[in-house]
Formats: sequence, C-alpha cells, structure tokens
Amino acid sequence: MQSENRQELLRIEDLNAWYGESHILHGMNLSVKEGEVITLLGRNGSGRTTTLKAIMGLVQRRTGSIKVRGTEVIRMPSHRIAHVGRLGYCPEERGIFASLDVEENLKLPPTLADGGMTIDDIYEMFPNLYERRLSQGSKLSGGEQQMLAVARILRTGATLLLLDEITEGLAPVILKSLDSMIRKLREKGFTIVLVEQNFHFAAPLADRHYVIEHGKVIETIDASELEAKQEQLNRHLSV
Amino acid sequence: MPISVILAQALLGLNVGVFYAMLSLGLAVIFGLLNIINFAHGAMYMLGAFVALIGYSYLEQWFGISAQIGFWGSLIVAPLVVGALGVLIERTMLKRLYDLDHIYGLLLTFGITLILQGLFSNYFNVAGTPYPATPDVLNGVMNLGFMYFPTYRIFAIVFSLVVCFVTWYVIEHTRLGSRLRAGVENPQLTQAFGINVPVMITLTFGFGAALAGLAGVLAAPIYSVSPLMGADLIIVVFAVVVIGGMGSIMGAILSGLALGLIEGLTKVIYPPAASTVIFFLMVLVLLFRPAGLFGKEK
Repeated sequence: MQSENRQELLRIEDLNAWYGESHILHGMNLSVKEGEVITLLGRNGSGRTTTLKAIMGLVQRRTGSIKVRGTEVIRMPSHRIAHVGRLGYCPEERGIFASLDVEENLKLPPTLADGGMTIDDIYEMFPNLYERRLSQGSKLSGGEQQMLAVARILRTGATLLLLDEITEGLAPVILKSLDSMIRKLREKGFTIVLVEQNFHFAAPLADRHYVIEHGKVIETIDASELEAKQEQLNRHLSV
Repeated sequence: MPISVILAQALLGLNVGVFYAMLSLGLAVIFGLLNIINFAHGAMYMLGAFVALIGYSYLEQWFGISAQIGFWGSLIVAPLVVGALGVLIERTMLKRLYDLDHIYGLLLTFGITLILQGLFSNYFNVAGTPYPATPDVLNGVMNLGFMYFPTYRIFAIVFSLVVCFVTWYVIEHTRLGSRLRAGVENPQLTQAFGINVPVMITLTFGFGAALAGLAGVLAAPIYSVSPLMGADLIIVVFAVVVIGGMGSIMGAILSGLALGLIEGLTKVIYPPAASTVIFFLMVLVLLFRPAGLFGKEK
C-alpha cells in the first residue's frame, strides 16, 4: 500500500504519563496513518493500555505531544478529544454500563461524524444484541458485551479506533467474528490501534507492530519483517 | 372512627408526602450524580419560599422595583433563582470536594445552611410570615364527594406528583437520562465518549436545588414562610432518603409519598407517635435493609 501519501491520523511524541505518583509512560513515540492497522504488543504492565488512556485524556497527568488529525490534544479535556479526533475508544474492561440497557448503551456515545453505522446496521451485524436490546448491559455474556463495546463506537461515525484487548477471555468462534469484523473495517478505510495479548489474532491483521516495554517503544516491526524478526519478538514477549 | 376522618388525614398526609417526595427526589438526584450529601437542601427549599414572598411583597420596598411577582410567576422565577445559586455553589465550592470523603460536602453544605438561615433570620420573623398571594382560583375548598378539601392542597398534590413523575421519566427513559446514569456509573469513560460530564454535574446540582426551590414556593401558601422552615423539614427528608435508599430516584418518590401517608394516618391512630414514626421506620430499615428499600447493596 502507498502509505506514504496518506494523512497521519495519530502522532505521539515523547509521551509521558502518570497515575498519581507512578510514572507509567517514559517517552512513547508512534505514528499511525489513515487506513493503517497497528498493534501495541508487550507484556502486562508495559504501558499499552496506559498509552490508549493517555490519548483519550484518562490519565492523571501527561506530557509530550499527542496529535490527532493534526490537532494537539495533550492539554484538551477528555470530552473534547473524541470529537476533535473522531475517535472511538473501547476500554479493556469493556465499560458496559450496568445501569443502562443494551440499546441505551449503544446510543450513549454522541455522534462524532456522519457515516456511522445505524442502529439497524448494528443489529443486522450482531443479531444477539437485537434480541437482548432491552436487557441490562451487565446481563450480557462476555462475548456479547465485547460486541456491544465495539458496536457502540461504530455508531458514532468514528474512523480512528482504539481497541484495548478486545479478544480477552473470548471463545474461538467469537474471535473469528471479531477477526472478520476488523478485516471489514480495514477494507472500509478505518484506522485501528489494537492493544492485543493474543498475537496470533493480531499478527495477520496489522500493518505494523510496536513492541512496548517499560513505557516506551523498543522495537517497530513492519508486517513484511515479521517472519525475519519473529525470534526477537518472541524474546520481547517471552512467549 | 368515621372513615371521612381517616381519609382526611390520609389526604393531608399525602400533601405532606409530596413535599417529602420532591425534596428527597432532589437529594437523591444530587447524591446519585455528585456523591454529595446536600445538607443545604432545606435552605434551598426555604429560599424558594422567600423568593416567592419577596417577589410579591418586597420588590418595591427593597429594590425600588415597582413590580410584583405573583404565585404563578414564582413557580418559574424561584426555581430559576435557587437553581442559579446552586450552580454557583457547585462551581465555586463543591467541585473542589469530589475527591474527598462525604463528610466534607456535608460540612460545607451545613455551613451554607447556617449562613442562609442566619441571613434571613436577620430580616424576617423566625415565627413565620404568611404568603399573601395565593391565586383566587386555588382558594376555597373542593367537594371530593366523600369530603371537602382545600383546593390549594389538591393543586399542590397534583402539581408535585407531575413534577416527580416527569423527573423520574427524564432520568429513566430519555437520552439525557441515560447520559446522566452513565455519568454516575463511570464518569471517565462517559467523558471519553465525548460527553461533558462536569457541565452535566453542575446542571444536575442546579436542577436539584431548583426542585427544592419549587417545593418551597408550593409550601409558601400552606405553611408560613420562615427562615427555619427548611431546617424543620430536612431532618425528616433525610430519614425518607435513607428509607428509600440513597440515590434511588423512584425509591425517593415512593417512600416520600408513603411516609407522608403513614405519618398522616398515625395522627389518627396514635397522635403522640406521629412525629417519630418515620424515624422508627428508619431504624427498622437500617437494621434489616441497610441499603434502603429501593437501594442496591454495594
């Protein structure tokens, strides 16, 4: 793909982030162009989830630079970042609201841009959600909750998605449908940042992998180099 | 005992109950979203009544404005004034306390209560001033078939029930309500979706205060307007909220109505217990269902 000509949607430079006193990110750098799918790989606690949270403004303190669609958001309040960046965020714990039913959960995130999926599109894609639309969000199975967490950001018209561990704890058949969903989104030109523990799930989907350790990128691996650098990668992830 | 006596007390009880319901509803909304125990709620109620009284009787004398705000106007103006004060209090003071223990919010709002009560006691009779502007249509009595009942009280009951129902409906069944509930449950993620939670919190506090102000206006024609009218009521309202369950909207409304009724009926059966029966029930609820009748255990 001619990725050079495409617009850079996300550029992170020298990002540092803190929770209270703990300094989690130590100078992250990465860049994602329009239409790319990238993954953040690394062990637990390496700072991948914090990177996504820092982009969304959900850490207590952050310094450095985060440019989303060319706009600096490092000092922006959290509720403006999604609008400015047309960003959709799916948190690791899924963040399904127990006090809302399934349909309210779906409709909760405000529309950020035209072109999002309609409620009907979503129900067609995930018939389970339609059947359970009046159930309380927390009553869904893990797989259904994951579908809901992803579906609700597709409704907003966001085209830059930050997906945190969407495969965690899910059955293989659900993994398959998530896999085909991400492929479809990529074909449609979505830009996706995946935080993934499941490398076998992420590897065939991504254009590029960032290996993260101690809060910074220690290696960047293009999809084409994957085979050559497999051993290195295994060492980093100690799989 | 004649049935008409019981029915009359039940209706009077319901009349008190709607005030309990409106006030505990505001407290529950505020507690649910802000996690603040708003001790100043009684003072907001008192303030609502005073805005009505001042708007009718003192505008010219105090401010040189030759105008009068009647009862209907006060139903709009007083909640706006009290709500605006609520917004001011939240923006300048309460928002600094969200990360601290509940006790700080309680102390701050208690202090605000003392200041407001002291201020009004300085200018008004503590024993109460009658509100002279009840509209003619609401004066007199209505024949309910089985008894005669003051028209104004019927109006107050119906009006409050409508306000309570609309508030409940908005919170439980509208898009705005689902955002509020989401903001209560997970403010961070709600913000990350692009919803301005701080503004929502401020407006919710203003709305809760406005509800109290509205209850104050409704109370003005029935009870006399006094600087301590809120202080007398708020203790009972706290008991109502505890019985209903902190943060439960429907719980606050239903237990407000039910406890007003129970209090009214106790007056028929055993009058000396009327003012303590609510507290007795609160003790029972705390013993057997600490989270309240409608609350969820954490």
